[in-house]
Amino acid sequence: MSAGTLYDKVWELHRVADLPGGATQLFIGLHLIHEVTSPQAFAALDDLGLTVRHPERTVATVDHIVPTTSQARPFADPLAEAMLATLEGNCARHGITLHGLGSGRQGIVHVIAPELGLTQPGMTVACGDSHTSTHGAFGAIAFGIGTSQVRDVLASQSLAMGKLKVRRIRVDGALQSGVYAKDLVLHVIRTLGVKGGVGYAYEFAGPAIEALSMEERMTLCNMAIEGGARCGYVNPDAVTFAYLKGRPHAPSGDAWERAVAWWSSLASGPEASFDDEVVFDAATIAPTITWGITPGQAIGVDETVPTLEQTESDERPIAEEAYRYMDLRPGAPIEGVPVDVCFIGSCTNGRLSDLRAAAAVARGRQVAAGIKAFVVPGSEQVAAEAEAEGLDAVFRAAGFEWREPGCSMCLAMNPDRLEGRQISASSSNRNFKGRQGSATGRTLLMSPAMVAAAAVSGHVADVRRLVAVPTTPQPEPASTRA
Amino acid sequence: MSATPFPAGPIQRCQGRAVVVAGDDIDTDRIIPARYLKCVTFDGLAEGVFADDRSERAGDHPFDRAENQGAAILVVNRNFGCGSSREHAPQALMRWGLRAVIGESFAEIFFGNCLALGIPCLSADHDAVLALQAAIGAHPGAVLQLDLEPPRVRLDAGSEVLEWPLTLAAGPRRMLVSGEWNGTAQLVAHDGELRATASRLPYLNNFAAA
Repeated sequence: MSAGTLYDKVWELHRVADLPGGATQLFIGLHLIHEVTSPQAFAALDDLGLTVRHPERTVATVDHIVPTTSQARPFADPLAEAMLATLEGNCARHGITLHGLGSGRQGIVHVIAPELGLTQPGMTVACGDSHTSTHGAFGAIAFGIGTSQVRDVLASQSLAMGKLKVRRIRVDGALQSGVYAKDLVLHVIRTLGVKGGVGYAYEFAGPAIEALSMEERMTLCNMAIEGGARCGYVNPDAVTFAYLKGRPHAPSGDAWERAVAWWSSLASGPEASFDDEVVFDAATIAPTITWGITPGQAIGVDETVPTLEQTESDERPIAEEAYRYMDLRPGAPIEGVPVDVCFIGSCTNGRLSDLRAAAAVARGRQVAAGIKAFVVPGSEQVAAEAEAEGLDAVFRAAGFEWREPGCSMCLAMNPDRLEGRQISASSSNRNFKGRQGSATGRTLLMSPAMVAAAAVSGHVADVRRLVAVPTTPQPEPASTRA
Repeated sequence: MSATPFPAGPIQRCQGRAVVVAGDDIDTDRIIPARYLKCVTFDGLAEGVFADDRSERAGDHPFDRAENQGAAILVVNRNFGCGSSREHAPQALMRWGLRAVIGESFAEIFFGNCLALGIPCLSADHDAVLALQAAIGAHPGAVLQLDLEPPRVRLDAGSEVLEWPLTLAAGPRRMLVSGEWNGTAQLVAHDGELRATASRLPYLNNFAAA
């Protein structure tokens, strides 16, 4: 059993009561809501005659259903309009802050909460969205919940939870140039499997993790859930504190010093014990890309699609399903596979540093003929910052469309979707069958720089050959500070 | 679609025919594609359950076969319900008529979402699930008797009764059997404990308590 880890410390601090069924009632420090998973929760609250216990600890935005071309109201899709109107009504009725379209603070929920300084070390964070694991980048314990649990958090600011085991994923060495947090997390999932993390919280640690910027840590923790781990986290450090300082909801004045002292005390110490530990060497990781229908079906861009003989016996049925669905030949190189659509955005990779990395590839090049390529900033703030430094112009000049913020083609609850058997190079998080809106559409997950490389090449390409990328991590973009 | 009422109160057993959906890593996007999430109630979700898989198999999907209509127990393989946290997935399964799931393993959020609806997800090892799935295939229309205490499933094969032990962690089992699986009232009742917890959290107290 783990002891002395950040997870253990935060768990103990938020423990409200032990429930008769054996679960723990856990206090939730920050509850994020959006239009898809909250309407039924508010309706259930009404049915029970309950109200929102801590409206000031609940923050809303709209992201999944918003169009990224024109965001004028009412939306062309009456169902999408009804969902946003319902969210607006529920927030107004219960006194919950809603960062709506045009507010300057709207965006994907997992992008805006960090950029507003809402997400902080030592918090418990819940949201009706599996990618809530993103917020673990700050040393928070953050996990996705279903709508019944959204109702419970609205009513009680708490949840019935079972404690997870803790696996430390130690990453030694340094990532090569052209290799990003996205590649690292795809490599981890490829190695440990999409169900390897079930029952675990993942603590990401080691020199390669400490060298990551906050935005890269968010990418990493975002995809913990794709490895089966309900939450992933990084211990808070100077990088964390530098990111938070000065943000609208971050502590200020005397409280800042006290906060930093407390945050520092939460990190897993040298005496911490873990249920499991796995060690990786960052230097061996190549730009990594999925070839199949789960995020674990990933390979280095310089590798070939694994044959059945190269596949563990219990993974062979889904590998065969993936060959059929993706129409990729076992043993064939992944580099050179033609793509139809290139999507840069999502809660995984829709932040300023992601757009900068992609723009560095796109600059001075042209999207290949016949390819639809578009960039969707993760939030209004990301859009404003990117435009302030001219990234929108770089993308437009290269033939990319520059869109309004939202979840876009990550999950196709809005007009952005694949058509027919189109194949996408996508900086999002899921390559499930049908995920991007066409029942036969295909997805190749990769880093934003690799998506840009695919867009200008017309096919999957190794970004390391297109750009001389810096060998050391760049400092946190100063302009992301609010 | 089942006319059986949705789960309520103590859940100790479940009886009904089974439907097998074979395969590992079946994610919640497949159980209910995202376009069906454009709704403000769960009422109409049954029509979207496995929509894309069903259209791909043009009537031959387990959920479309005549012998599986009215089934109450879903039998699956590994890591069922991975991916999105959408409660729409178990809601769609429940509204189609399912009241319990047996499989090799389940994604955590899916398991918890089912529990919150009073739908037990019980596990068995790989060989047992394959044997159960084969037995269901060999005896179409047979009724399964599923018990939570002890967790087991029995299939009346006419000449004999086949039985497999199942597992369900003690906590969820107690919650289901006692009827305390829908615990909002219990959480809200801990008002004093909630206040005490909030009062010791540094970030709710200007970091003074650090």
